[in-house]
Amino acid sequence: MSLTTAHSVVAPSAGSKRIAGAIIIAYALISIVPLLWIFATSFKTPPDSIAYPPKIVFQPSIEGYCNLFTTRTRQTPEYINSLGPATGFCDETVRKRNMVIAGPSNFLPRFINSLIIAFGSTFCAVFLGTLSAYGFSRFKVPLADDLLFFILSTRFMPPIAVAIPIYLMYRELGLSDTALGMILLYTAVNVSLAVWLLKGFIDEIPREYEEAAMIDGYTRLQAFWRTVLPQATTGIAATAIFCLIFAWNEYAFAALLTSGTAQTAPPFIPTIIGEGGQDWPAVAAGTTIFLVPILVFTILLRKQLLRGITFGAVRK
Amino acid sequence: MLNRTADNVARATPEPLARKVRGISDKGLAWLFISPTILLLLAINIFPLFWAIYLSFTNFRANRPNEVVKNLGFANYRRILGDQDIWIAMQTTAHFVFWTILLQTLIGFTLAWLIDRKFRGHAFWTTLILVPMMLSPAVVGNFWRFLYEPQIGLFSYVISFVSGIPPTSIQMLSNVSLAPWSIIIVDTWMWTPYVMLICLAGLRSIPEYIYEAAEVDRASNWRQFWSITLPMALPFIMLAVLFRGIENFKMFDMVNLLTGGGPGSTTEVASITLKRQAFESWRTGYSSAFAIILFVAVFGLANIYVKALNKVKQR
Repeated sequence: MSLTTAHSVVAPSAGSKRIAGAIIIAYALISIVPLLWIFATSFKTPPDSIAYPPKIVFQPSIEGYCNLFTTRTRQTPEYINSLGPATGFCDETVRKRNMVIAGPSNFLPRFINSLIIAFGSTFCAVFLGTLSAYGFSRFKVPLADDLLFFILSTRFMPPIAVAIPIYLMYRELGLSDTALGMILLYTAVNVSLAVWLLKGFIDEIPREYEEAAMIDGYTRLQAFWRTVLPQATTGIAATAIFCLIFAWNEYAFAALLTSGTAQTAPPFIPTIIGEGGQDWPAVAAGTTIFLVPILVFTILLRKQLLRGITFGAVRK
Repeated sequence: MLNRTADNVARATPEPLARKVRGISDKGLAWLFISPTILLLLAINIFPLFWAIYLSFTNFRANRPNEVVKNLGFANYRRILGDQDIWIAMQTTAHFVFWTILLQTLIGFTLAWLIDRKFRGHAFWTTLILVPMMLSPAVVGNFWRFLYEPQIGLFSYVISFVSGIPPTSIQMLSNVSLAPWSIIIVDTWMWTPYVMLICLAGLRSIPEYIYEAAEVDRASNWRQFWSITLPMALPFIMLAVLFRGIENFKMFDMVNLLTGGGPGSTTEVASITLKRQAFESWRTGYSSAFAIILFVAVFGLANIYVKALNKVKQR
């Protein structure tokens, strides 16, 4: 791509590079402030989080994380003193606010739901997507272009619009508010991305490998398993992470189709309430925990990012 | 060498026999590979779509499943097209799509154009810029609600610090004229990196020799930008606009968490109206008709746009 940058005639001057760099760095720093603010808030105490002017320097506290994982009840100081020594870090922290831990909060189950649904649907979407992509890439499928467009077009529908009939269908089938129902739904949404992306990756693997393998006596299926799959590993991994990020971040379907047992973290985090309003440090703590995997994936994926977000329509 | 041998052996083997011996035929295998995906999409997308089409002609209400369902013909569609509120929601949606795309394209393209200069450390800063678009819009929207709080939020504080306006009068979410902008700002913050990335790919795809030729012809930098850079990057910019357009037409999560459609109905985009009709008023038949109209609109607009895009590409 950048083989010819050495030509001095068109290379940008050092001065213009410096200005460009300064603007980009300024933009990057400003755009990252909201995220740093979330991170900082997760280590504030509730009074610090709503102080005015906003506190940039503060005494870090893990109260937000304690509140995120527990439910608490207010008690009289006498009662708290009669309890004996605190049983842990969090217990000690909440006792300072005249509260005792009543039990675990719903955050952990919702987070686990997110893990199960995101990983489950990603596995299914990538599995189905790999098979279909191979089918479209290597065989003459009648109406292949129409089928591929049909697969893509399932993404045009607003989620709310699909949610109405899905809601009715799931109610009939007993799939509403179940992890299985959400996995099926996210698989269907993600499989379009998986087919389009993986078809691009598999198209790039020369057919000769399979042909050679088949000459050696392998069946089509064995040739696919032994030659194509190993070569497509990078593409499959990238596709998997894109599907995972989508399923991890999805909100509309989750908010409309789950209410309790199968609810994921995105609709849950905004509902974290403290005494008298939203408990912002706890919300920030939940947000931080929720964002960490995505940040790791972004860094891992940066080279493939463009392909993933454009359905492979643009190669980098 | 290997290829030639392979070819020879392949030619020497009677094909149908070879296929049979090796198990399933290619045609069978193709269907075996493709059909699970197609079946899943038929079950989760197409069947519900047809169900929604059927419901759109009825007065069905999902919260009263035992009531007799009446066929209304096109009455729902007629009512929607004559419903003032629906038209206002469509206008609000168009307003959002217009401003978010305009801002994201302008800022995104400028950023890409600057990054393309490949200053020192550009890869690191580019990755940092990309972070917002990887996050969950719902979680982000919820947190921006905190940043927008007039008394305690960072956003109001910074704006009042810079402008001198007291923070209590910066009511981003409850002021009728500011609320739409509060959503446009968050959407632009989140999705500008997306447009930037696609524009960057477009700029990197322009071959260097074109600039060299222009340089030989003594074309000014300005001229080079207008006659080479912009036209050559245009298909990519248009692709970004297409993807953002479809997504923002469907916008739900951010609006639902930031303003919930309010104050009044100033930020009530089509998806929010649809949610209210379908899951709060439980007018299932009516909202199904609206959903079908929206789907046809996205599908139609996207198709017209793709035709235009292909024309630009062929130039």
